[in-house]
Amino acid sequence: MKDKKIKLMLKDGSEYEALSFGADKSVAGEVVFATGMAGYPEALTDPSFAGQILVLTYPLIGNYGVPAEAELESKKVQVAGLIVANYIDTPSHHTSKMTLGAWLRQSGVPLLEVKDTREITQKLREQGVMLGKIVFGRENIPFYNPNRANLVAQVSAKKIQMYGTAGPTVILIDCGAKLNIVRRLAARGLRVAVVPWDTDVTRLPFPFLAVIISNGPGDPKKAAATIRNVKKIIAKKIPTLGICLGNQILALAQGGTTYKLKFGHRSQNQPAVESKSGRGFLTTQNHGFAVKKIPKGFREWFYNANDHTNEGIIHETLPLMSVQFHPESSPGPMDTDWIFDYFFKCAGIPPPSLPLHRGRSKEGVKIL
Amino acid sequence: MKSKLKKILILGSGALQIGQAGEFDYSGSQAIKALQEEKIKTILINPNIATFQTSPDLADEVYFLPLQEYFVEKVIKKERPDGILLSFGGQTALNCGLRLAEKGVLKKYNVKVLGSPLSSILLTEDREKFASHLKKIGIPVPPSGAATSLSEAKKVAKDLGFPLMVRAAFALGGQHSGVVKNQKELSEIVKKALAVSPQVLIEKYLHHFKEIEYEVVRDQYNNSVAVCNMENLDPLGIHTGDSIVVAPSQTLTNTEYQELRKASLKIVESLGIIGECNVQFALNPKPKASSLRPFGRDELDYFVIEVNARLSRSSALASKATGYPLAYVAGKLALGKSLLQIENKITRVTQSFFEPALDYMVVKMPRWDLEKFKGAEEHIGSAMKSVGEVMAIGRSFEEALQKAVRMQGSSESITDNGWPGVDLKKFISIPTPKRLFAVARGLADGMSPEEIYKITGIDPWFLYRIQNIVEIEKKFIRNPVLGKEKMLEMKQAGFSDKKIGSICGKTEFQIRKLRKKLKILPSVFSIDSLAGEVPAQTNYLYLTYHGHHHDVKPLGKKGVAVLGSGPYHIGSSVEFDWSSVYTALHLSRHGFKSIIINCNPETVSTDYDMSDRLYFENISFETVADIVEFESVYGLIISVGGQRPNNLAQKLSREGFNILGTTAENIHRAEDRNLFSAMLDKLGVLQPEWQSFTSMAEADKFAEKEGYPVLVRPSYVLSGSAMSVCYNKEQLENFITRAAVLSPEYPVIISKYIENAKELEFDAVAQAGELLVFGISEHVENAGVHSGDATIVYPTQRVYASTEFQIREIAAKISKELSVTGPFNIQFLVKNNQPFVIEVNLRASRTFPLLSKAMDANLPEIAVDSFLRAGRKYKFPYPKGVVVKSPQFSFARLSGADPILRVEMASTGEVACFGRNYDEALLKSVLSANRFDFKKKTVLLSLGGVVNKAKFLETAKSLDDLGYKIFATDTTAIFLKRENIDCIIVRKAYQESPNALNIIESKQVGFVVNLSTMDGKGSENARRSIVTDGFRIRRAAVDNQIPLFTDLHLARAFIKALARYKIEDLEIKSYKEYFN
Repeated sequence: MKDKKIKLMLKDGSEYEALSFGADKSVAGEVVFATGMAGYPEALTDPSFAGQILVLTYPLIGNYGVPAEAELESKKVQVAGLIVANYIDTPSHHTSKMTLGAWLRQSGVPLLEVKDTREITQKLREQGVMLGKIVFGRENIPFYNPNRANLVAQVSAKKIQMYGTAGPTVILIDCGAKLNIVRRLAARGLRVAVVPWDTDVTRLPFPFLAVIISNGPGDPKKAAATIRNVKKIIAKKIPTLGICLGNQILALAQGGTTYKLKFGHRSQNQPAVESKSGRGFLTTQNHGFAVKKIPKGFREWFYNANDHTNEGIIHETLPLMSVQFHPESSPGPMDTDWIFDYFFKCAGIPPPSLPLHRGRSKEGVKIL
Repeated sequence: MKSKLKKILILGSGALQIGQAGEFDYSGSQAIKALQEEKIKTILINPNIATFQTSPDLADEVYFLPLQEYFVEKVIKKERPDGILLSFGGQTALNCGLRLAEKGVLKKYNVKVLGSPLSSILLTEDREKFASHLKKIGIPVPPSGAATSLSEAKKVAKDLGFPLMVRAAFALGGQHSGVVKNQKELSEIVKKALAVSPQVLIEKYLHHFKEIEYEVVRDQYNNSVAVCNMENLDPLGIHTGDSIVVAPSQTLTNTEYQELRKASLKIVESLGIIGECNVQFALNPKPKASSLRPFGRDELDYFVIEVNARLSRSSALASKATGYPLAYVAGKLALGKSLLQIENKITRVTQSFFEPALDYMVVKMPRWDLEKFKGAEEHIGSAMKSVGEVMAIGRSFEEALQKAVRMQGSSESITDNGWPGVDLKKFISIPTPKRLFAVARGLADGMSPEEIYKITGIDPWFLYRIQNIVEIEKKFIRNPVLGKEKMLEMKQAGFSDKKIGSICGKTEFQIRKLRKKLKILPSVFSIDSLAGEVPAQTNYLYLTYHGHHHDVKPLGKKGVAVLGSGPYHIGSSVEFDWSSVYTALHLSRHGFKSIIINCNPETVSTDYDMSDRLYFENISFETVADIVEFESVYGLIISVGGQRPNNLAQKLSREGFNILGTTAENIHRAEDRNLFSAMLDKLGVLQPEWQSFTSMAEADKFAEKEGYPVLVRPSYVLSGSAMSVCYNKEQLENFITRAAVLSPEYPVIISKYIENAKELEFDAVAQAGELLVFGISEHVENAGVHSGDATIVYPTQRVYASTEFQIREIAAKISKELSVTGPFNIQFLVKNNQPFVIEVNLRASRTFPLLSKAMDANLPEIAVDSFLRAGRKYKFPYPKGVVVKSPQFSFARLSGADPILRVEMASTGEVACFGRNYDEALLKSVLSANRFDFKKKTVLLSLGGVVNKAKFLETAKSLDDLGYKIFATDTTAIFLKRENIDCIIVRKAYQESPNALNIIESKQVGFVVNLSTMDGKGSENARRSIVTDGFRIRRAAVDNQIPLFTDLHLARAFIKALARYKIEDLEIKSYKEYFN
């Protein structure tokens, strides 16, 4: 596999020679970068990255191998391709089951080593995210814009799945949900019903207390069915919490607007400030779109201290709220795990148990 | 937020010493700037005159006074500050502040402690209470106990079981701590620890746990961020200051990274930290199910090892590693600002509430100088022994590690160790400065990473990377053909041109030429703290071969490069950084853009706001050439960063770079002993008789002719390394055989050692051979004590006007002859009013900041003027006050080392104080470098030799008159009694107690005078067996922190001053007051 010359090509015509350490497969997608220094197994399995060729800015990737599947954010590698500066094929960690290269080969996802990932990053931040493709040898494939497709439909669960032990049930609308959302809910003794993105929750045959709209890939407007359904949920005054894409969907459902950021937020060090208290929290983010107009009846809950974009909205009176960042973290800082508690408190739903403070993955969760 | 504070007192850290070095110059300077931006008046107490923070243009008032409660209280009484900052001056400032609070001084004068609350700091300093605090908030600490006596310690040990880690409480840099495996080792270390600290903490030793650190900042609104995490390459058990450290962590998963981060924030919050805090963890790399905490789930088994509620060595490193100005931010937070209000000085578009994302990695490597300390033990452990450090930046571990090895200065590559092979296993298993090299050799010899991991506990991740370096070299040795791909592979793995050349039989110049032809040049990348996420114009740069673009455009002919000093080590310290900084700052006055090149994270020169561009890079020919070629600068300055940049003169000049100032040819004339001597003869200037030799016979012949003693040294001298005075043939032959200094490249110099001579320093700046400014200072000790270890006074006190006149004339002649432009220094030896030239350095000397402050003239600025031919002659008035510089030794940190002054330098830092006269300045200066108690009127005298006794007689009498109770060893006591001086005789150290050691260990004496004879045959025995009586007395004194005088002249001067002034007589005057 090693030493086979391949290329990363960007829409603007630039080309980068590379070495391949993953699957030898040409792919096209949207090229984005993320700046987190640890947490590549989590990032690679985050469904929000579906359709994207991910450039990791930290130059040494593969250091601690890949853990067992139960530790990951979904059951498969979600990125279309991975670009790193230096791939490390000699991992060292007690949780490592295999090397990153072996995992990606097994998953059919290309992994390229391009030395100057900083140049790619600078290009993306100056010109905005860009389409790109990984090309092996002479094989040429067309550029492909994943945002035109309904990525949410692609990554969402196809049928209802139940997680957690018996207990009050909450609904997680799966627009590409990270498993750690499920784990953080289950850690509070809740039973989590993960439903497909286009499920009309109001017509579910079992009782539940609240709805969480998950994160997910691409343009929120493509999730038209979810937006429609969320309107119904709110009309029924069901407590609702949106996360990431869920923030945008909630805003759109209530008459707000969204727009595409020039280069999204994809890092683990985004400062979100709670507007009322002025208190700051470091958050993990992974989104290319943002809320522009805040819907009527809502106010800004959080804003980003760097670029002042919206980081969350909250209803003036009802238990309806959403955040642009990832309170479930994974990867990234766990400073906003309290969002879940706050939501349940506002909704008047005392969770059966306090979240366990330590640990993050699959606490009390049995993945069915 | 408007702060009501108007005037704030900042405590510095005093002299540089092991465990507390230049990082506090950086942190204090940043804090002062942070306060000044808020229009707050700043008062600084710090006797370290070579620091940037004590510059007259920084703090509003600077007091060069001891950092002791008495003096700080006096300054408080005089200045009446509203607040005080204790966390910017290391353990020294913190301890001083805690005592002031304890005594009620702060309350009395209504001085508010800014930043973290004192109660929290106290809590973190009391290991037992702190452990129970952490347990209370659910943070695991290693099973432990505290003891205040040996018997208590034994009991704790019995409960916990060996092996154990023992540490002294309230001690800086892990002094007197270590791993003990049995009762005997326990007793040894506990005794030592209890000598300096009221309490020892004993804890379970966590074998081969990873050591991970977090640097956290928190504001008073409970916003907190973990600015950086770091991983020690060495496992737990080696002090972080002596460990190779990488940032960010390399082997931690997201869960581990975040769980430890969360724990750090929790600790910081629980303590109410306002500002900076460092948290150190031990993490089990292979947790077993049984070691898991109930909430810890399946991954994490960790303990908190240490918390420093103040700026530290690690925070300076974190600051440089990430570009996040920790000290500046901590200064603002202490004023009550929120992290969200403080602009990110690097990006200028974001604020300080974020955690830097790195798109590179750094390797910090300590610099030890253990070979410089006679008798010092080589192994490293939980007590810090290194004297400096370097930081290397790269895009692969291989690249950064290899850079760090070169920066540190001992080797060209980790594979470049010339290991004899016999002791390899020993050097792999016992941690010493050589371990990294032994590991590389072991891997080269076919040991597996797993095998080495089992022995060392170094995570296999690092070992695989080192193996990669080793393998790449092996491959190249087998087939040393340099094509484009091979060259790139070698450069990406961090090999230098010189090393590549040495493998394939070429010079570094040839490799460089080939490399340029192949178009393999390093990329210039910037550190922007956000991994490129936000467009940021930063001036913080590094070189990498893992890239193919540059982040910046060359400065071109507007640019001038200033070469810094590299790592601090014995002989090269903060004073050279001071000169580099002022040189860089002054360039803008001439319309130039400054480029600083340096690799030392403890410095002010590597701060983001000291230059137009900062290259955090090595001071080597290859790196400097790559940078100045890329920048295509107007010129470069090599004469302000000490000997290391100065040594590059010939190579850089050969490649056609424009060296500003004295030409490389003339530098060579001053450094080549033969050329230099011929020049002095031509000028009719006296020099001690000397000869260069390459055989023993020649040396003997010279010594017989000129007579003993003789001084033997290599031709390129740095900090007196491998220099020795020999009093007879046996010593001469011994030294030469033992030190193996005979090398054909640099012949060895033997010169007549003139005894009982005075030594004077001449420092100046010249332009085209004309003196612009100069100063003459005088050594208190006789010639023979290295100038770095000497006590120095300015202006001269005991020098004839005619001598000074001669010196000036000689200096003018030399300056003219060498057409000196820029700074230079001449060392003179004076006997019978006749000056001899010992040495000329065509660069700024160690005394530059001292003289600049003493003369109220900025010598580096004048040097810059001279480089640009814009200098003019300065005439400075004769000073109203006197300034005395005292050396600071770190012998206490180096067990086994003999604390005695020799021709080789051993001090790690210095202090200097002003006074109305010599006596007052000397007294303050000695007090600043020693813990001297005026009230303890007891002294131990141990005067070796008849001459010393006779010369000390008057002084002994004055001690008697002062009411001192005198203890004296046998012959000294007999002598004193004969002279009718009252004294108590004490037995020799090896005799039964009570003996000399007992009275030192029980702290019955205020200070110790131990004069030994180096002349005659008796000293030969002393050399052979270091465990002499004198050695044991000296060692006991430093181990018990009792001031020790080993030089006759200094001891006499000090006691004379003591007779003249009481502590109340010492003036509390700021620097400015000595000039107005």
